[in-house]
Amino acid sequence: MAWLLALLQTLLFIGSAPLLAGWLKRLKCRLQNRRAPSLFQPYRDLRKLWRKGPVVAHPASWIFKATPYVVLASAVLTAAIVPMIAVNLPTAKIADVVVLIGFFALGRFFLVLAGMDIGTAFGGMGSSREMTVSSLAEPAMLMAVFTLAMSASTTNLSEAMNYVLNTGLVLRPSFVFALLGLMLVAVAETGRIPVDNPATHLELTMIHEEMILEYSGRYLGMIEWASQIKLMLYGVLITNTFFPWGIAREFSLQALGFGVLALTLKLVVLTVLLSLSEALFAKMRLFRVREFLSFAYLLSLLGMLSHIILEVHH
Amino acid sequence: MFLGAGAILHQTHEQSLENMGGLIHCMPKLAAIFLIGCLSISGLPPFNGFVSEWLIFQTALQTGALESGVIRSLIPTASAVLALTSALAAACFVKVYGAFLGLPRSRHVATGHEPAHLGMLAGPAWLAGLCVLLGVFPTPIIEGLNVVTGQLVGDTLPGAAALGWLWLTPVAPEVASYSAPLVLLGIFLTGWVCYQLLYRRAGLEVRRAEPWDCGFGGLNARMQYTSTAFSMPFRRIFEPVFDAQETIEEQKEGPSGFQTTRLQYQLRVSDRAWPYLYAPVARAVTWLSRRVGRLQTGNIRTYIAYSFFTLLILLWGIS
Repeated sequence: MAWLLALLQTLLFIGSAPLLAGWLKRLKCRLQNRRAPSLFQPYRDLRKLWRKGPVVAHPASWIFKATPYVVLASAVLTAAIVPMIAVNLPTAKIADVVVLIGFFALGRFFLVLAGMDIGTAFGGMGSSREMTVSSLAEPAMLMAVFTLAMSASTTNLSEAMNYVLNTGLVLRPSFVFALLGLMLVAVAETGRIPVDNPATHLELTMIHEEMILEYSGRYLGMIEWASQIKLMLYGVLITNTFFPWGIAREFSLQALGFGVLALTLKLVVLTVLLSLSEALFAKMRLFRVREFLSFAYLLSLLGMLSHIILEVHH
Repeated sequence: MFLGAGAILHQTHEQSLENMGGLIHCMPKLAAIFLIGCLSISGLPPFNGFVSEWLIFQTALQTGALESGVIRSLIPTASAVLALTSALAAACFVKVYGAFLGLPRSRHVATGHEPAHLGMLAGPAWLAGLCVLLGVFPTPIIEGLNVVTGQLVGDTLPGAAALGWLWLTPVAPEVASYSAPLVLLGIFLTGWVCYQLLYRRAGLEVRRAEPWDCGFGGLNARMQYTSTAFSMPFRRIFEPVFDAQETIEEQKEGPSGFQTTRLQYQLRVSDRAWPYLYAPVARAVTWLSRRVGRLQTGNIRTYIAYSFFTLLILLWGIS
């Protein structure tokens, strides 16, 4: 029963990821005084891409063809272990939060290799930039997550959410720092403004889009879907670990329905914040990203040190 | 990794990453073995490097139990540095794997082929196999290692296999658990479902075409990103750590130097610790050996005199 519920939750997660992308696009359009496409436009785009056969460049090797599968599989697996509408699901035990960061790294590793596989300047440039951004973002994310794990004395996400639920709403300086750090990292890792611009196709300014420039057809569909899942993953991770209230703790229909409603509300608040920040800031130069991410790293480290100094009692 | 690098060197006679590329097409087996090595060393699940990294992080998270406040804050800071190191290692090995990707940049590399001697492949292959095995089934190995650590430090990880061989639970099941076999199964299952849903459809054959060249045409191997170019953002970001000297010499012609006719780029990267840490030691050793070297006159009579006096002193010492 619990495994079935976990499977259903994963399907709901990956199924609603394009909806979140559509909603975010709608918010951005509103803020820029444009007419927004339908909320379900990402689904139509994905369906169109899946119906098309891919065009692959001549120098491509098997890595190029295997990458979409690895990227999508790691994204789906990560979606399976993050508690979305219910805690205490058995899938959360398979991997903890450090493994989750490892999954992100695995998908990215293959994507970067695929970017270099064709041997064009674009792919290499995108790969180089992606590795630069991620090698600064990953430690910051680990530190933010460690702060949470040290407070809850577990790295299991479900147990950590239970801990936050049990202690109630307490203002901890370490959590504030970790939350801010994680939000900055999420902006960088999901390729949003001001680090990367998902809407641009100007070769010299893009990062993520540049790596996947050679992808088309169903391969592109899989990668697009994976990046939508990744965006939703960060959203769910931030909202549910720091504000888990509303998540279902028993598997009754009422509790689960309430869980869906609570998550929707939380994500709406988060996406409004994200779209506001995207509307207010401009994309920064690549080498300014260093300062942006060192700031995130510093915030996370401060969070952890403030936990050790202020909050550990003997 | 070393055996693989040796095999590449042997097959292509090429040492510089700048001249390689596209080796995956002529050495598919070596490329697969090398990829497993790169994934393991970068600490990616479900390979062995990740298990080690994961265990180190779990240890760092247990520091709350320590008495000394300094150590309690130092260990997590060290794990922060470890996180940065592992991320940079991944970047480094992506750069190395660039030798297999893209287009070949020299004639030797283009005409290279798989090592003919089976031993040259078998050496790295069984190590790669061990990487996978240790990464997917870490729990039995840790059970075995517990005997050694028990004898050395007098303590073990008793709960490592609390939930059976499928799960790794170093402290307790509710603190942290990781199941590499299930992870691998999940990856394969998801990949297989996608393949079944999307691949098995008529009319969706993969079509081969030229890569995107912005409409100018004539892409060649010299236009792709080199490994120096790949690591350029890292050099820029970690500028204070390295002693990098970049020089660009340009020869310009035409009215007000419009046309660049010749371009030379030179890069020298050295370690900042070298002149302060190692160079003084090296200088001291050279100085000392010069002084000792005065004994060697190159004259046979002097050496006979040395032996004679040594014998005399020894005899005097014995008697």
